[in-house]
Amino acid sequence: PSAPAAVSRSRAYHGDSVARLGTQPDSGSSTYQENYEQMKALVSQLHERAQYVRLGGSEKARARHTSRGKLLPRDRIDNLLDPGSPFLEFSQFAGYQLYGDEEVPAGGIITGIGRVSGVECMIVANDATVKGGTYYPVTVKKHIRAQEIALQNRLPCIYLVDSGGANLPRQADTFPDRDHFGRIFYNQAIMSSKNITQIAVVMGSCTAGGAYVPAMADENIIVQKQGTIFLAGPPLVKAATGEEVSAEDLGGADLHCRKSGVTDHYALDDHHALHLTRKVVRSLNYQKKLDVTIEPSEEPLFPADELYGIVGANLKRSFDVREVIARIVDGSRFNEFKALYGDTLVTGFARIFGYPVGIIGNNGVLFSESAKKGAHFVQLCCQRKIPLLFLQNITGFMVGRDYEAEGIAKDGAKMVAAVSCAKVPKITVIIGGSYGAGNYGMCGRAYSPRFLYMWPNARISVMGGEQAATVLATVARDQKAREGKQFSSAEEAALKEPIIKRFEEEGNPYYSSARLWDDGIIDPVDTRLVLGLSISAALNAPIQKTDFGIFRM
Amino acid sequence: RTMKYGTTPGRGIAKVLIANRGEIACRVIRTAKRMGIQSVAVYSEADRNAMHVDMADEAYSIGPAPSQQSYLAMEKIIQVAKSSAAQAIHPGYGFLSENMEFAELCKQEGIIFIGPPSSAIRDMGIKSTSKSIMAAAGVPVVEGYHGEDQSDQCLKEHAGKIGYPVMIKAVRGGGGKGMRIIRSEKEFQEQLESARREAKKSFNDDAMLIEKFVDTPRHVEVQVFGDHHGNAVYLFERDCSVQRRHQKIIEEAPAPGINPEVRRKLGEAAVRAAQAVKYVGAGTVEFIMDSKHNFYFMEMNTRLQVEHPVTEMITGTDLVEWQFRIAAGEKIPLSQEEIPLQGHAFEARIYAEDPDNNFMPGAGPLVHLSTPQADVSTRIETGVRQGDEVSVHYDPMIAKLVVWAADRPSALSKLRYSLHQYNIVGLRTNVDFLLRLSGHPEFEAGNVHTDFIPQHHEELLPTHSVIAKEAVCQAALGLILKERDMTSAFRLHTQDQFSPFSFSSGRRLNISYTRNMTLRSGKSDVVVAVTYNHDGSYDMQIGNETFRVLGDLCSEGGCTYLKSSVNGVASKSKFIILDNTIYLFSMEGSTEIGIPVPKYLSSVSSEGTQGGTIAPMTGTIEKVFVKAGDRVKTGDSLMVMIAMKMEHTIKAPKDGKIKKVLFREGAQANRHAPLVEFEEEEESD
Repeated sequence: PSAPAAVSRSRAYHGDSVARLGTQPDSGSSTYQENYEQMKALVSQLHERAQYVRLGGSEKARARHTSRGKLLPRDRIDNLLDPGSPFLEFSQFAGYQLYGDEEVPAGGIITGIGRVSGVECMIVANDATVKGGTYYPVTVKKHIRAQEIALQNRLPCIYLVDSGGANLPRQADTFPDRDHFGRIFYNQAIMSSKNITQIAVVMGSCTAGGAYVPAMADENIIVQKQGTIFLAGPPLVKAATGEEVSAEDLGGADLHCRKSGVTDHYALDDHHALHLTRKVVRSLNYQKKLDVTIEPSEEPLFPADELYGIVGANLKRSFDVREVIARIVDGSRFNEFKALYGDTLVTGFARIFGYPVGIIGNNGVLFSESAKKGAHFVQLCCQRKIPLLFLQNITGFMVGRDYEAEGIAKDGAKMVAAVSCAKVPKITVIIGGSYGAGNYGMCGRAYSPRFLYMWPNARISVMGGEQAATVLATVARDQKAREGKQFSSAEEAALKEPIIKRFEEEGNPYYSSARLWDDGIIDPVDTRLVLGLSISAALNAPIQKTDFGIFRM
Repeated sequence: RTMKYGTTPGRGIAKVLIANRGEIACRVIRTAKRMGIQSVAVYSEADRNAMHVDMADEAYSIGPAPSQQSYLAMEKIIQVAKSSAAQAIHPGYGFLSENMEFAELCKQEGIIFIGPPSSAIRDMGIKSTSKSIMAAAGVPVVEGYHGEDQSDQCLKEHAGKIGYPVMIKAVRGGGGKGMRIIRSEKEFQEQLESARREAKKSFNDDAMLIEKFVDTPRHVEVQVFGDHHGNAVYLFERDCSVQRRHQKIIEEAPAPGINPEVRRKLGEAAVRAAQAVKYVGAGTVEFIMDSKHNFYFMEMNTRLQVEHPVTEMITGTDLVEWQFRIAAGEKIPLSQEEIPLQGHAFEARIYAEDPDNNFMPGAGPLVHLSTPQADVSTRIETGVRQGDEVSVHYDPMIAKLVVWAADRPSALSKLRYSLHQYNIVGLRTNVDFLLRLSGHPEFEAGNVHTDFIPQHHEELLPTHSVIAKEAVCQAALGLILKERDMTSAFRLHTQDQFSPFSFSSGRRLNISYTRNMTLRSGKSDVVVAVTYNHDGSYDMQIGNETFRVLGDLCSEGGCTYLKSSVNGVASKSKFIILDNTIYLFSMEGSTEIGIPVPKYLSSVSSEGTQGGTIAPMTGTIEKVFVKAGDRVKTGDSLMVMIAMKMEHTIKAPKDGKIKKVLFREGAQANRHAPLVEFEEEEESD
């Protein structure tokens, strides 16, 4: 059911008008109201938790930090960005309840994209109020993920360094492996080689390995009396050679700006350093060139908060993904592709903040036709260089003899292959369930979407907790039967309950976000903005031609 | 060159040279144009691009900026008059307007001097002469003694005869030096000696004169005209009592609270005065008036006065036109009975000066200048436009705002309404002071006298006005909106025009964005915590108070206006940012809010000026008291500078050690030039 067609603003003749999508929900219905309440509660929880994470370290740690004339990391970012620039922050819940009693808010590092001197930059800021800014395993992971985003989207990187280096008790999980600490410097070298600018601002200590962040940077800034860079700090120097030296003399701004040449710019304080950083970005001579057409942006026809009432928190309740699309895209205009075929997958073209986007959304399980339609649509977008948006709410592919016989595996493979190879920017939002192979076909984390976000109602696991428990109970019953034993319903319940509980816990978006399986949990109301920011960031990299592999026909 | 256009029949003037500058030159040119008289302007190098030069039909450079070498250079001006074939010279006011020698020179060269005969200038130029002429003509004069006998006894006798209180003044005195008010015979001797000592020191002459002292007098003057046919009329009186530094600042006509009988007596006395010296042209007879409306002749100004427009407004005349016609030999256009007195007019003089600093004259660029709309009853007499400079070389008056209405209260309302719309940025002006003055209840009541400003000093010049938090919110909003406009401008010339990154929404994910802005209100910093709301409004927290603020910037008539709503109260003000100051002008008044410069910027861009001293205006360094290496305390005198004919002492802003003295004695320092540099010292925590 579509709203009547209207004439588009940019194309004044009737033949070019695009259908408006979406319907007025029955906001008085009990389902809508219940959905609304439940989602609202999840969003309030999200905001409360984010508010806590925002604070960073303990009050004492923050007070000590600011008493030295240093700005808190979020204030540093605010002062670095163009006044009023939005900030697309990633993985606020990194490290959330990950290390038992040890709280590591935001994983001890804040990452995100914002505009600095008009250029979209990846900003990576250590939070020295969280365990001295030392790197936990999740800190490393978040830092490297930020670099990965920067590399994929060709975003200049600005590192606001204030860190004591690797977290020594956890060195085994931070130092040796491929994607551990060393990768940070490797990435800096690789990005620099690809002309993705690396800027480091030394606003605190950069000890040992940390010293390489500024040293590997293209251009760097150091704050006098605050920033220090050395391979070994004064205690280690004394132990090694007996030499007694102050941190400032060993690796302060004066030494590095005047003598060693390790740093380029001398800042009087944090504000000055950030001001100098903005000047460095101005000198990049960088110009964003779009590979896509743009049209004037237009708000959707429907208020975004209706998403609460439409989607709700109960994953068992189905909803039409078109209603979600109608609350995300420009003017609620959607040019649907193959509307009458494989209708459990909705595909079509729209614009978000004027940028073109090809949308793939789930309206039920995937059948062979829907998978083939999906693969076709991905090909279209790649050919036309249109970014892809996946709105994931998928329980999986259809199961059963008829479907296997029909070759659903090879049709699913076509879609997975197409999604894997697609070089256009891919962005995934998990708006409901993300289970099994559905996650693959709909561009889950393994398929390298440029960005992956979750709604607070979302769940991610290999299958639903209920199904998993039933599978395991069946296995157990079969085993008992082979042993000639009874499997009482009480026993079955006792077996299923912890499994359901575990799946519930591990499928939770906070569990996912804590481990960086996604780039952040977002309020459904903010989806349009987050997508607009993400596409804008993604378009800093030219859209590459896609080469597909063999499709099993 | 020899062709003459617009020649009027008979002995009319076809071409006039205006030997002046600024608003009066423009004023004269305007009437000349209307009458079909060609105008010739003269200008100094400083006035090359001045308004009067633009307005005139012809303009000639007459020398460098200092008046002695330009606007006072009689020979040069006569030369220009001759070469441009001007038949007449209008001297305006000031400069050569009351220069007998110049009037005489014009006469010799066969050029009409638009003013009285030189003999009248001479007679009225010497105080004692003018007084005796007036006394002889039956014009009331202040009783006094101006005799040769300077013995204590003689002086004391005369004082007794005149009647206490009396004023003794140094004959060669000026500026209040060597002047004493003596209220009783008891204190006579002591005060006399003290005055003599001061006079001796100041003028090297201790001769004294004695005058009747009029307590809290009013300054009332009568506009008169005389013609070559022996006629003289008066165009009623003006009250110019309210003065600062012995200069008029606000004038009105007619004088408030004067009954028709006194008005007639004043007028007739003034006409007698004019006739006594066979006066021709425009003149003003000044009187002092006591609280019982007794008036005494003070002096006669033999020129068109600055404040002539108020008379024009109440009589419906163009006095410059009268001047031209009378100079051309015509009779006074109206007889005494035909001259009407209608309504009430005010003139406020807008000066580049700092009322908070003893009305020290200023100079500088008029970076922003917007005026009320001129109409039949609102006149803006000015010689400058936006972008022009108020020069240190001349009078710092920027404009005269003249309004007329049917009665005094209406005219006063109109004056205040118009003053609110007179917005100037770039230099300090007295506009706010004029607003306080014209809004003072005693002024409203018409209780004016020459001590008005000193008497009401506290209300007129509050030591510090607290800027309302709402105004700080408006300034913060304006700043944010300005940033937003800049971001938009950037956005629109990129290819990527609709990226949400390019909108200054301040959006953050799952948390709100609160930004601390520091603004300077008066001498203290105010921190405003601005939270960006999703609906485009802002919550601004100052101290414990939170304001909901939203608004827009819009452009009207070349000015930027801030339309804002603070906690639901809507307002619209003119919004200007210049350097590091935000200016808001609205009907509620004007507000100036500073944007503190980050420490790193101030120390990088002008090492030394921070915590140093700067020249308050362009001037000459007269004396230097310190040298590099000296330790000084806050308030110690560092140097003395002479600017705008005034001494200005530069004082140490803080304790410290002098690093460098940047000017020698006799050197010229530009406005805002650093004068003395202090050693950078560690700030102790």
